Amino acid sequence: MSRIDEKSRIFGHRVIWVIVFNLIALVVIVSRLYYLQVYDSAKYRVMSDENRISTRFLVPPRGVIYDRNGEIIAKNEQNFQALLIAEQAPNIHDTLTNFGNIIDLTDDEQQRIEKNIKQKQRFIPIKLKDGLPWNDVSKILLNAPDLPGIEIDEGLSRYYPYADLYAHVLGYVGPVADKDKKDSPLYLVPGFKIGKSGLEKSFDYRLQGTGGTVKLEVNAYGRVMKEIERKGGKEGDSLTITIDSRLQKAAYEAFGDNSGAAVVLNVNTGEILALVSTPSFDPNLFTNGISYKHWNALLNNERTPLINKAVSGQYSPGSTFKIVVALAALEAGAINVNTKYNCLGAMDVGTTKFHCWKHSGHGNLNVIEALKHSCDIFFYETALKVGIDKIQSMAERLGLGQVLHVGLDNEKGGLIPSQSWKKSRYGTAWTRGDSANSGIGQGYVLVTPLQLATMLARIVNGGYAIKPTFIKPTDKQLNKIKRLDISRRHIEIVKQGMFEVVNGLGGTAGKARFNINGAQMGGKTGTTQVRRISMQERRRGITREEKLPWRLRNHALFIGFTPIDNPRYAVAVIVEHGSSGSGVAAPIASKILQKALLLDIK
Amino acid sequence: MYYRMDFLGRGSGLRDKFWRMSFTYIGLIILLALIGTITLYSAANGSWNPWALKHISRFVLAFALMLIMAVVDMRYYYKYAYWFYFISLLLLFAVEIGGHVGMGAQRWINLGLFKIQPSELMKIGMVLFLARYFNAITMQGIRSVRGIIIPAAMVLLPVVMIVLEPDLGTGLMVLFTSAIMFFVAGVQWWKFVAVGGAGGALLPIVWNFLHEYQRNRVLTFLDPERDPLGAGYHIIQSKIAFGSGGIFGKGFLHGTQTHLNFLPEKHTDFIFTMFSEEFGMLGSLSIIFINMMIIALGYLFAFRTRNYFAKLVILGLNTNYFLYVFINIAMVMGVLPVVGIPLPLISYGGTVMFSIMVSFGIILCMSVSQNSNISIED
Repeated sequence: MSRIDEKSRIFGHRVIWVIVFNLIALVVIVSRLYYLQVYDSAKYRVMSDENRISTRFLVPPRGVIYDRNGEIIAKNEQNFQALLIAEQAPNIHDTLTNFGNIIDLTDDEQQRIEKNIKQKQRFIPIKLKDGLPWNDVSKILLNAPDLPGIEIDEGLSRYYPYADLYAHVLGYVGPVADKDKKDSPLYLVPGFKIGKSGLEKSFDYRLQGTGGTVKLEVNAYGRVMKEIERKGGKEGDSLTITIDSRLQKAAYEAFGDNSGAAVVLNVNTGEILALVSTPSFDPNLFTNGISYKHWNALLNNERTPLINKAVSGQYSPGSTFKIVVALAALEAGAINVNTKYNCLGAMDVGTTKFHCWKHSGHGNLNVIEALKHSCDIFFYETALKVGIDKIQSMAERLGLGQVLHVGLDNEKGGLIPSQSWKKSRYGTAWTRGDSANSGIGQGYVLVTPLQLATMLARIVNGGYAIKPTFIKPTDKQLNKIKRLDISRRHIEIVKQGMFEVVNGLGGTAGKARFNINGAQMGGKTGTTQVRRISMQERRRGITREEKLPWRLRNHALFIGFTPIDNPRYAVAVIVEHGSSGSGVAAPIASKILQKALLLDIK
Repeated sequence: MYYRMDFLGRGSGLRDKFWRMSFTYIGLIILLALIGTITLYSAANGSWNPWALKHISRFVLAFALMLIMAVVDMRYYYKYAYWFYFISLLLLFAVEIGGHVGMGAQRWINLGLFKIQPSELMKIGMVLFLARYFNAITMQGIRSVRGIIIPAAMVLLPVVMIVLEPDLGTGLMVLFTSAIMFFVAGVQWWKFVAVGGAGGALLPIVWNFLHEYQRNRVLTFLDPERDPLGAGYHIIQSKIAFGSGGIFGKGFLHGTQTHLNFLPEKHTDFIFTMFSEEFGMLGSLSIIFINMMIIALGYLFAFRTRNYFAKLVILGLNTNYFLYVFINIAMVMGVLPVVGIPLPLISYGGTVMFSIMVSFGIILCMSVSQNSNISIED
């Protein structure tokens, strides 16, 4: 055997081992292949779909809001956005410069855009300007050849055609903030807007609708390749509220430049026919995020346009509270229609001297005359006689001292004091002086305009415990309204007093009287001190309210109803620092009620 | 010394030689290249550019080169075996000194018209060198330590240089191919055990010499979840592509992992993944089967030839080819670390295409020259 043959023989043996090794490798590879492509295939299929399919939510159109006559007061408008897609612009800088020549960009916007260009991937659209008016859109489209990479995106955005008129009723919508609850996946969709205040907030779920979904195929860089599946959502439900836009407008305009609030109720159903708080603001500014400039202007305005004074403003009711005191005393039997007190202009309660607003005194008068002239002495005496706890009980039955839940945020409950309240709040005993102060609606007593309107409505409708509401009550709900246990005779006495205030000779609101087809107004004035005029000011000659700075002047109040027989409408008006209930608040209330009568709101 | 110098092996006749080639072997090679072309067509989202057209054109050129390599007189390979080795070694030195920096590693020499990769040449050079050496030495020599110390050094020198380039995958391939040649030449089992043991003991030291990215590759191989967005991303996405392909695949041009760019390097190292996603396990098994046939035919040629030098050359080049296929498929399935070894004839890339076709040419040459005898023994 040659050397070559021996080597070949060994080669032959050894190659068998090499082939065995190859076969082992083959088994490893094939079993691994089986494991991946058959055994674990389902798992990897899911992972592959997770890679490529991106589910996005489609924002449903928000429900439209109507007033009681079917007028649209909140709707969705086409909104035009200018977007920049960086990768489609050969030169981003040129495109932006050309855009800036057509559309003004603020410094803030420019900074935001530059930041976005740096941060975002080149195929993700960057918002240049939101809420473009149509003429700007057409300008952009006309100049399209100079604006490579710029696209106009058409979407929906909330629009309030009445602007500031409904700001405090409807509130506004805005982008979801970090602190908002996110219980629907819609909340995570960029550009999704939710109700941030007002009825937009309290009816948010109903107005939102349900979101659709769209499944998109995306590549590894997140670029959308194609649409795989689309499931439509459901538009938000519409909402009809009880306000009459014409009356709302009249009420708003009646205030002129004054800062204040008014609430108009249908006394028999509790429907809120108008609710205004002035000054107001344009909720459309909030839809796409309000600018700092506007926000600061609203925040720093001393007349607090952002606060809904109709439900959040708590004021001393002043003399308007005398109606409650009178009714409590009559019901308790502490006085009757013939009970008279002699007003000498002042009286001693304990060691303190309590004055009537009329320092010369009113002389002898009964409850009707006392309401007509708003005599303070009569109500000091009456409050002392009936006691605070009975007054508190009557006030609460009439809707004061509690949150009425009409669906507006930050609705306040006001405050109706009692003996036990003072004890637990201050740890001191209730004094006769406290009772006297409460008798004329000063001291601890605090109410909101909404509560005052409710109180008046519950009295003049004959004692039915209506609840103020923005949603028209059904007949079934109306039938369920309970009658408060208040004698109709006593109600008539108080109504008589309120008639005299406006229509009687020498009544405090005589100037506000009207007669529309026999319908007249009854009511009660109120003026509450914000601060006493000090001795130094008196020495400097400031004895008249008008000479004080605005924010130190008295608040002016008026509550009124019409017609006298079978009343239909009740209004509560407060004019902050308006100085005089009879001079400022009553004429506003008068205008509003006349408008309600003329409109004949059913 | 007597050489019958006849460049084209006129003695057996050029035409004869051609007809004696295994057409099955050639057919399988063409089939793989065609599979590579359509896969590259899909990798470019259904376009002949930039890869598919170039791939098939290169294959045509490389095919011609293969035929030339196949009809050359076998004795030239024997004669120039050492030269081939030393020139490859010199070029390796050249890249070490002034090679063109490509892929973060020095692997190329730019000759203007084309670039050559000396480590690819070395794969062939090493096989020729060892074949000639073991052909020349006696059985006693092979079984002695002195007889294998020189070839062992000649193996380690280029391997270390290739690893330092750094190209760990190719280095290990050359080392492993050489080890197989030592083995089939008849070096005793215990010597492999001894060297393997010593190598194992040296592993911690070698670890220290590895580049950071090479260590990461090994660590990521051991635990892909270690860095799911970084180094492990490739292998995770590759496994997802395999798994989601299932038995029948997602269909030609419909592989989502690849077409949506989740799978990296889909036209080079991960092309098998791409093919498997679109054609499923049936497709993967087809490619494996074709390669198995090519390798099996290689063994058949090695058995059939009576020439010892030819046996060793065929075995060496066949092992080299086997390693390409096995390492590539194993690494994209997460069985081996990702070491950057492409799948021959299917992956895009000129160098491997030409070097593998040259290998096939030499294998064919050795197989058709089965009756010729290298009569000279030094």
